[in-house]
Amino acid sequence: MKKISFKLNGETRFLHVEPNETLLDVLRDRMGVKSPKCGCDNGDCGACTVMLDGKTVRSCLIFAIEVDGHEISTLENISKNGLSPLQKAFLEKNVFQCGYCAPGMILSATELITNNPHPSEHEIKEALAGNLCRCTGYTPVIEAILELTKKD
Amino acid sequence: MKAYKYIGQSVVKVDGKEKVSGAALYTDDLEFGPDLLYAEVVEGPHAHAIINSIDTSEALKVPEVLAVVTGKDFPFNFGLYMKDRFIFAQDRVRFYGEQIAAVVARTPQAAKKGAQLVKVNYTPLPKILNPLDSIKEGAELLHPELKNYEHVPWFFPKADTNIAHHRKIRKGDADKGFEEADYVLEDTYEVPRYSHCAIEFHAAVAKYDHSGRLTVWASSQSPHTQRNLFAQALAPLGIRHNDVRVIAPHVGGGFGSKAGVTMEIIAAAIAMKVQGHPVKVMWNREREFYNTYQRLGVVAKLKIGVKKDGKITALKHDLFWDAGAYVEYAANVVNAVGLSAIGPYNVENASIDSYCIYTNLPPGGPYRGFGYSEFLFGLESHMNRIAAHLGIDPIEIRRRNIIKEGDLTAYGAHMNPNGLLQAIDKVAEEIKWNEKLKSNDPDIALGKGFSLFWKAPAMPPNASSSCFLKFNEDASINLLVSGMDLGQGFLTVMAQIAAEILSVPTSKIRTENPDTDRNPYEWQTVASHITWGCGNAVRKAAIDARDQIFSLVSRTKYLPVDTLYLEDEKVKCTTHPKFALALKDFIINGIQMEDGTFKGGPVIGRGVFMPEYSSTNANPETSQGGHPNVHYTVGAAAAILEIDIQTGKMKVQKVVEAVDAGKALNPSLVKGQIVGGILQGISTVLYEEMKFDHRGKLLNPNFTDYKIPTALDIPGEIVPIIVEVPQPDGPFGARGVGEHTMIPIAPMIANAIDDALGVRIKTMPITAEKVCLEILKKGK
Repeated sequence: MKKISFKLNGETRFLHVEPNETLLDVLRDRMGVKSPKCGCDNGDCGACTVMLDGKTVRSCLIFAIEVDGHEISTLENISKNGLSPLQKAFLEKNVFQCGYCAPGMILSATELITNNPHPSEHEIKEALAGNLCRCTGYTPVIEAILELTKKD
Repeated sequence: MKAYKYIGQSVVKVDGKEKVSGAALYTDDLEFGPDLLYAEVVEGPHAHAIINSIDTSEALKVPEVLAVVTGKDFPFNFGLYMKDRFIFAQDRVRFYGEQIAAVVARTPQAAKKGAQLVKVNYTPLPKILNPLDSIKEGAELLHPELKNYEHVPWFFPKADTNIAHHRKIRKGDADKGFEEADYVLEDTYEVPRYSHCAIEFHAAVAKYDHSGRLTVWASSQSPHTQRNLFAQALAPLGIRHNDVRVIAPHVGGGFGSKAGVTMEIIAAAIAMKVQGHPVKVMWNREREFYNTYQRLGVVAKLKIGVKKDGKITALKHDLFWDAGAYVEYAANVVNAVGLSAIGPYNVENASIDSYCIYTNLPPGGPYRGFGYSEFLFGLESHMNRIAAHLGIDPIEIRRRNIIKEGDLTAYGAHMNPNGLLQAIDKVAEEIKWNEKLKSNDPDIALGKGFSLFWKAPAMPPNASSSCFLKFNEDASINLLVSGMDLGQGFLTVMAQIAAEILSVPTSKIRTENPDTDRNPYEWQTVASHITWGCGNAVRKAAIDARDQIFSLVSRTKYLPVDTLYLEDEKVKCTTHPKFALALKDFIINGIQMEDGTFKGGPVIGRGVFMPEYSSTNANPETSQGGHPNVHYTVGAAAAILEIDIQTGKMKVQKVVEAVDAGKALNPSLVKGQIVGGILQGISTVLYEEMKFDHRGKLLNPNFTDYKIPTALDIPGEIVPIIVEVPQPDGPFGARGVGEHTMIPIAPMIANAIDDALGVRIKTMPITAEKVCLEILKKGK
């Protein structure tokens, strides 16, 4: 067990972790943060996407011990101040179906439009390519982002 | 047409905010406290073997292991349509990875460690990995007890064979039809198994408390059916239906995989042995692939005879299904296809034999499309080939043969009103069918493909839906139903139906996934029947509530019932324009009379729907005489495909798909089904493939080796089209569309490849490698 501390959704947290505990398991099972989901445990599906120091990572591929001293943010952090314009766009257009991929997908899309406020269709597809979705066919997600970010 | 306020509007999903905010909780997100136990399943490493002994002594010595359970603890069979399955293997295993035992411990790590220490002694038996081998003379019997299994009355198992069910259609005289034909085409098409790939794993938590109450939380398409099967299977342990409570949180994708009962019963059974503790059983991605239902594979032999003008004179379709080790659900896929493998055509002479065949591969089961994707691959390929032979346009030959309202289906019932012709016209126009494609790049070939589709809900004739509608003080509503919102938007359209009838906005209607203790009965959320079936129950419940409201207002305000109507959450009167009584002023607390008394009380609506005209009573030799399918949803799809002729790599430039929704209660949700279904269909034909080795072990149970599309793999353009020819017994004319959208995609792509290259590929998937080899073969 090693004692670590990291900022989780703006709040500094302290805990003891085993060296083999993944960030995903620690977030879900020990911190009660449930928006990151497990869909493969192998880095393939992106359902467990979280932000590490502002960049999206697969929390199933990261050990909790590695985030000591870093900053983690999940969809809960975005939602706590009300829905973001991106979330509102997704909501109003009925983009998601089962919603299981949504937390990861929204974080990937948020990262994209933060760094690139007017992405091309191809850039959107590339940014979402690490988040698998079986329901939507991706098209509604891409269209909603395109419409939200188009230049006036 | 009547103007609706909520019906036909793209209302925002009632669970949308939960899902975009991350608040939506799925089964594994629920907390069960520090007493939660974890179970790890022990699997058999043989596709077919006798279990001689199971030694659990070492596993029980692992610290924090509480119990080890095996098949001996639960010698009870179960199954939805045929009871051929056990909670844990009994005397033998029948597929690689089948559950033999489970170790229950305080931590997942201890449970896993214990599972590794369970010693099982096997004697391997000959295994069968192919349905055609399974029906050979002298093949090893996989279920010697087949003749003793309980099953629904519309199944016909063949004792002392591996054929668990045989659905037979005989309509007209097929032999005579073929004699009259000017041209007969006969060929075989093969479709392998597929995996649903819902992103959420199966998960179940069960608790058998000290009062004898069994509660199961599960990621489920079928809460009431699960309650029913748990109660039936566990009845020998003293469990009754009202002891069992199934609570269904959000579901992270189903596509059929979470219908009926699979791994959930493991949690329910284990809970009985560790009374007082909640027990969690979690599948992982690998088990999602090899130990839930898989889509069945099929070898389909198809023969169609036509006159010179393309009119079909006879059809013979023999389908040999690889249904897997247990067919309790799969046999009904086979049955559904038997009834409908004539396709959306008016064929006078037809012979169909659909065989449900046991193999030593994982259990087959329901998968979006329920067998229709599989038979349409051959049928719609065949139609193009016949058209080409006769020199008739592929769409024209279909127009000449399509089934119309009132025509007889394969089993002799009348076809429902439908918009198939409109769908064909709209798709042909949007894809510019008559314009020839021309590639400017010598390395790129372009082709257009077309396919029709039809599908009926496959369900027992007495599958029913029900609804309670409760008003609250502010005239908001709790709508209690037991369908599952799998993402399709079921809860939202149920709210829209109630909103339309009661004039209460959908934002004031709360409707959530069910708890079988609180919510009334629903058969299952499968078969694309739920908008239609449960929608009818909700419509009736809303009308029941409205009748109560009008009756109360009539007797207290002395206004005739037939002058009352609802608008903007108020009761109004056609003869007294100034009269307006807000629902919130009386809907719970009643209406006060001049003498100070109150009349009325909480308004609670009730609605039940069962298709009372449906019947499976028919001649088993011909299937004539019954009315097994309530209706068909139809449509058409077309695509433009580009193929790199050096590599075989394909890119779908454009897909157009039209579906007859009867009435699109929420067009954005219908379009969501079309767009999502198209990509799932494209994925099965271009990317996905389950690879089993000689032992029957699945070699690619993960997303690295079993590919599903990413955002980069989508078609260049998708045009969803909604056709609306009302379903007479549908709520506001609606019928289901959820599964249908993926089923024309595979033959549509195969037809586009043929159009582009002049090669016909008759086995799925159609990978770049396969196309490339065909190009090389053709070049020689």
